[in-house]
Amino acid sequence: MAIDQALQGLDRLELQAPAARRDPGRIARKVWAALWPKVLAVALVLAIWELVTLSGWKHYVLKGPGPVLSSLWDQVQHAQLWEIIGWTMRSAVIGYVAALIIGSVVGLLVARIPPLRAAVGSIITGLQTMPSVAWAPFAIILFGENESAILFVVILGAAPSIANGLISGVDYTPPLLLRAGKTMGLRGVARYRFLILPASLPAYVAGLKQGWAFAWRSLMAAELFVAIIGQISIGQQLSVDQQNLDFVGESSVIIVILVIGIVVDTLFTKADQTIRRRRGLLNAEGA
Amino acid sequence: MSIVNRQGAPPGAPALAGDDTAQPDRQVAVRLSGVSKRYGSGPRAVLALDQVSLEVAEGEFVCLIGASGCGKSTLLSLVADLDTATAGEVATGGRRVTMMFQEPGLMPWLTAASNVELALRARKVPKDERRHRTEELLRMVRLTGFGGKRPHELSGGMRQRVALARALAQDADVLLMDEPFGALDAMTRDLLHDELDRIAAEQALTVLFVTHNVREAVRLGDRVVVLSSRPGRVIEEYQVPADWTRGINTANTAGLASTITDRLREEMGRHGH
Repeated sequence: MAIDQALQGLDRLELQAPAARRDPGRIARKVWAALWPKVLAVALVLAIWELVTLSGWKHYVLKGPGPVLSSLWDQVQHAQLWEIIGWTMRSAVIGYVAALIIGSVVGLLVARIPPLRAAVGSIITGLQTMPSVAWAPFAIILFGENESAILFVVILGAAPSIANGLISGVDYTPPLLLRAGKTMGLRGVARYRFLILPASLPAYVAGLKQGWAFAWRSLMAAELFVAIIGQISIGQQLSVDQQNLDFVGESSVIIVILVIGIVVDTLFTKADQTIRRRRGLLNAEGA
Repeated sequence: MSIVNRQGAPPGAPALAGDDTAQPDRQVAVRLSGVSKRYGSGPRAVLALDQVSLEVAEGEFVCLIGASGCGKSTLLSLVADLDTATAGEVATGGRRVTMMFQEPGLMPWLTAASNVELALRARKVPKDERRHRTEELLRMVRLTGFGGKRPHELSGGMRQRVALARALAQDADVLLMDEPFGALDAMTRDLLHDELDRIAAEQALTVLFVTHNVREAVRLGDRVVVLSSRPGRVIEEYQVPADWTRGINTANTAGLASTITDRLREEMGRHGH
């Protein structure tokens, strides 16, 4: 029928042209475009570091990138560094997962129950702005110098961001979608499961990402404070190197902290972009 | 597209309707009796609707038209039970009512098919039936093959058709449409008029359609109800003869549209002083 054809023709015309065929050259170019600014930045930092070293400033302690990187390379091939990273990552994962559960449950309750929001909504934001290192001495008094104290600080650091991410996601569910859901008859649990929670996902993931950043810095602070016998964590390694005035050791630990932070953050960014692309909030290039 | 002969008003019905004695054989699907809606309170209160009485028969397609501030959207919200009237009564006799908005309001994280399926799921349709039903509904709005696309990958007209399929999935008797084609270009709108015409007849839907496009109202409606502005009152009703050839550009449509436009201008002029 004529209308049928006209409609189909219009549909074809209005749809975006199909994406260009994938060719390996395009992927390589994309990787290179993403990579070169980072490589350049790292090279620039190393160059400045080298120049400062060559200038002779603090020459009695300061060492150039050469000795530090070769020491780090050496450590990478030994089990001890991996053991240290292992202890720290263990706390990071346990603490973050606990913060994820607590933050999500608290966030959902606060978002759903108005009196609860009036009571604790601003406290959560207050907690979020509080430097979590301030909790470390408190945690030691409460738990003693053990893993519980570390986890306590990590959870207090990360959970408020995660809760706030979820709360703002629920708050900013587009009113149009809520009306559509209402006319569809979505109520109660189904309304949350199929409408409000999926709508909140981008804000929630942003909260998770920020929560990770807070968890990581809280963890470093807590490990500096809490010495557990028989366990050398990254934070404790920082402390030990400081006592030994070991510039090279200290620098390599800092690089390790930086790299882990960046790698995990990249994973969150990737998840965030995937969600946004699927919802049409990003262009096809993902920029 | 065949010309749909609606089971509506008998040919030769008076151009001016208003009393439902003209259609004694049909049940009333939506009845508003003396409905008023006031927003706010005290001296700053706004009276959006004032004593509106309106009856829509089963299977009838009624277009509501009026200038800004006539409370068209408010009226739909009351029928959809998204809002409650300050005075008067809105009765739908237990019929299922669903609503379409100017924006499609599709869930951006779901594909077109999943959006339709969500409405089925909300009504607790069993899983194996849902898939089959979704395909059928997408076919009805001529979107077979596009079920896997997400809303942002579709054009505005296609999105609105997904929204229509979703509304139909709710198996409602009464479909409320709040300027559903207002954001679309004229060519797309024209095609969607034909589609809506066909689907409304096939499904024997009762439709209450809000627009500020007079020709659109005449093109689609069995009856066109004109509302005044601030407060909204029913000031005129026009019956569109059932034996007319439907089309946005027919002489009949143009003629009645111009009569209604004059009436609307007259009404707007009241606010010009």
